[in-house]
Amino acid sequence: MTIVQSVSRRNFLVGSAAALGGLSLGFHLPLPGKALAADAAPEINAWVVVKPDETVVIRIARSEMGQGTLTGLAQLVAEELDCDWARVTTEYPTPGENLARSRVWGNFSTGGSRGIRESHDYVRQGGAAARQMLIAAAAAEWGVPAAECTTDKGTITHAASGRSTTYGKVADAAGRMTPPAEVTLKDPKDWTIAGQPLPRLDTADKLTGKQIYGTDLQLDGMLNAAIKACPVFGGKVQSFDAAAVADMPGVRKVVQVGETAVAVVADTWWRAKTALDALPIVWDEGPNTGVTSATIASMLEEGLDADEAFIGNQAGNAREALAGGAKTVSAVYGFPYQNHATMEPMNATALYTPEKCEVWVPTQNGEASLAAAAEASGLPVNQCEVYKIHLGGGFGRRGMQDYVTQVVHIAKEFPGTPVKLIWSREEDMLQGRYHPVTQGKLTGTLDADGNLTALHMRISGQSILAAVMPQRMQDGMDPIIFQGLTADSPEGHLGYTIPNLLIDHAMRNPPVPPGFWRGVNLNQNAIYLECFLDELAHAAGQDPLAFRRKLMANHPKHLAVLNAVAERIGWEEPAPEGRHRGLAQIMGFGSYVAAAAEVSVADGRLRIHRIVAATDPGHAVNPAQIERQVEGSFVYGLSACLYGECTVNGGRIEQENFDTYDVMRMADMPAVETIVMPSGGFWGGVGEPTIAVAAPAVLNAIFAATGKRIRQLPLKNHSLV
Amino acid sequence: MARLTINGTQRDIDVEPDTPLLWVLREQAGLTGTKYGCGVAQCGACTVHIDGVATRSCVMPVSAIEPEQQIVTIEGLSPDGSHPVQKAWLALDVPQCGYCQAGMIMAAASLIAQNPSPTDADIDAEITNICRCGTYNRVRAAIKAAADGSATSNG
Repeated sequence: MTIVQSVSRRNFLVGSAAALGGLSLGFHLPLPGKALAADAAPEINAWVVVKPDETVVIRIARSEMGQGTLTGLAQLVAEELDCDWARVTTEYPTPGENLARSRVWGNFSTGGSRGIRESHDYVRQGGAAARQMLIAAAAAEWGVPAAECTTDKGTITHAASGRSTTYGKVADAAGRMTPPAEVTLKDPKDWTIAGQPLPRLDTADKLTGKQIYGTDLQLDGMLNAAIKACPVFGGKVQSFDAAAVADMPGVRKVVQVGETAVAVVADTWWRAKTALDALPIVWDEGPNTGVTSATIASMLEEGLDADEAFIGNQAGNAREALAGGAKTVSAVYGFPYQNHATMEPMNATALYTPEKCEVWVPTQNGEASLAAAAEASGLPVNQCEVYKIHLGGGFGRRGMQDYVTQVVHIAKEFPGTPVKLIWSREEDMLQGRYHPVTQGKLTGTLDADGNLTALHMRISGQSILAAVMPQRMQDGMDPIIFQGLTADSPEGHLGYTIPNLLIDHAMRNPPVPPGFWRGVNLNQNAIYLECFLDELAHAAGQDPLAFRRKLMANHPKHLAVLNAVAERIGWEEPAPEGRHRGLAQIMGFGSYVAAAAEVSVADGRLRIHRIVAATDPGHAVNPAQIERQVEGSFVYGLSACLYGECTVNGGRIEQENFDTYDVMRMADMPAVETIVMPSGGFWGGVGEPTIAVAAPAVLNAIFAATGKRIRQLPLKNHSLV
Repeated sequence: MARLTINGTQRDIDVEPDTPLLWVLREQAGLTGTKYGCGVAQCGACTVHIDGVATRSCVMPVSAIEPEQQIVTIEGLSPDGSHPVQKAWLALDVPQCGYCQAGMIMAAASLIAQNPSPTDADIDAEITNICRCGTYNRVRAAIKAAADGSATSNG
């Protein structure tokens, strides 16, 4: 029956790089109604297909959005498979296929720098199991014990009898072997493919225009949609005059989408957008028209001294100790709303019929996209399917599925005709899921010798989980607000021992939708803590590095990355004439990171000359890609530090494009030196943690240069003269 | 109707004259390598060459382009990815998500054509494209490698 067909292996393989026999190493897009390719090879197991021509197809469940997870995960499978890396290609299984096969590929969600660190065990087991099945097939053919066979780069050898064969020749038989009950994974010290700084698998097509992103998708007879949702949060559509644009070129229909949005569907996207801009829409702006950045700031300021707060970490009795110290320092910091501003605006394409709903989408969570398609289409989930496309940036925004819901609602108006929805940049800026807004009030006490004896860090502000994943709240508390600050979380614990400590959160949730923004809460937590420690060091008359080291005796891994950057930047020697330095360290996403920045400020103009970063991710699967993630993290973190700010007026975001929401460009970019120092024994993420140390290292260097403490970001709002 | 010369081929395209070149390339000519990022000439994802000059096509109405003007997109920069800038990009494994890279490459190719040995200051001034993944340092290194011909292989 057709329902089963929709998620069968037959349809699944249509989309695979293997089936289409592409030469490039990117993904090929599944197109509707295309027949099964003749050379489709059977899989050995869920993770591995070896074709007769020895091409190895590795299945990747996580989404590639630039972070290199595709290459890193393929390295882990290939390492255990012991195949020829030069013959490796990759493909995405579909979320529908995953569901139909009892989630054999595990979790598709791609966020929190979890791609490798939360699937390394089962993807390596997949590669190792496939290798054993290949050996078993060869051994059975030869009538020799499997234990006497060895493998090397896709070749199986039985030395005693002098026989050898290749994976491609026995793959068909291997797929029929019983999977091994147990596999032994290699010791990372024996890795030859994993752990190497290999080039990415997906570069070539990104240089020629061949790489297809969601916005580029073309399907036969496809229509295009442009959309506007009420720009005031909490508002909805009151009315619109479809007749006013009905005769404009290419226009097919004006569609209300849910309660909040209106879309114009036309033959091309430019015509749809042109008509949408001309469409008279009256919004019911709802209850939030009085909300401004100032009212939100007042709300947060009240929380800084509120009696009730959720406790994230405590030791001793901070309140008592703060009252009795020799010298007390206090400061208030703040971090504004940020937009993800992926270069590719949100988009999705849907083809709906009463029997089936198919969605093509650049998504960080294919399974969530599938669920959204099912809900919006009203069809059972096994009558829906999602085809993932490489993302033109994700940064957390594409974990949300609002655009999938929208495109399915629009496509339902055109059964049998595919519809592609692309948000304008303005829509993307106004309908974000913003980095939440918080303020941090920090109070610390030094004893007569300049030792930090007590610290209270009060965070006041917005919870992401309360808005996005209320099921993960713990008795009303948002545990991830304390990223990097907890006592013992393997995800990220505080790297200082302070005898009297209190870190707490007064939740204040303004009516601006928050979301996971690359680095999440580690970003502002590191700024608040690391800049304030710098303040305390200066108040104590101590070197900021020496001051930190005294608190870090129990935290050797935190200390190791801090020492590494200090040594590389030459902390113990004077900086070059006119240049000044700052430091920061934190742990997040399972990794230890530190940064040292060297800046100059002349005539009020900041120049960041140099940044040194150190990362201890436990195991380093691809050091070259880690370097790229670290460099990119500085761009993301410093964009927010220097420029990033979404302000609110009339209940809506004021910045609608890059002319008012500036980001870091080439001329701002410092030299970056990356130290990758994996200490083994754990698996940390690398896509996000360094973002958090970028801003505090630079802000501390700015203080060293100017004596000015920048406590409210972004820097563009301050004079350094 | 617009008559345009795109990647060496002249075509007549049935489109409203105020349509930006970007959307004619993507939707009428089927050349989707040139990207939409902002629509207001801020980000450079839509950069193409018009008579060799890097141009942000998202704000360029097709009515402003003469039929004989040579429009070159990323698809036409070289037949097989062999332009020195593309080779340098491959050798240094520059792209991350890749969405902005066609625009970066077109801007870089135009810069090198006009200034065979760009300094850091030249690159800062001329390459103002936005990359949110943060490939800037590798873009800079690749421009220099392309300029001095040192990029030959991937590795």
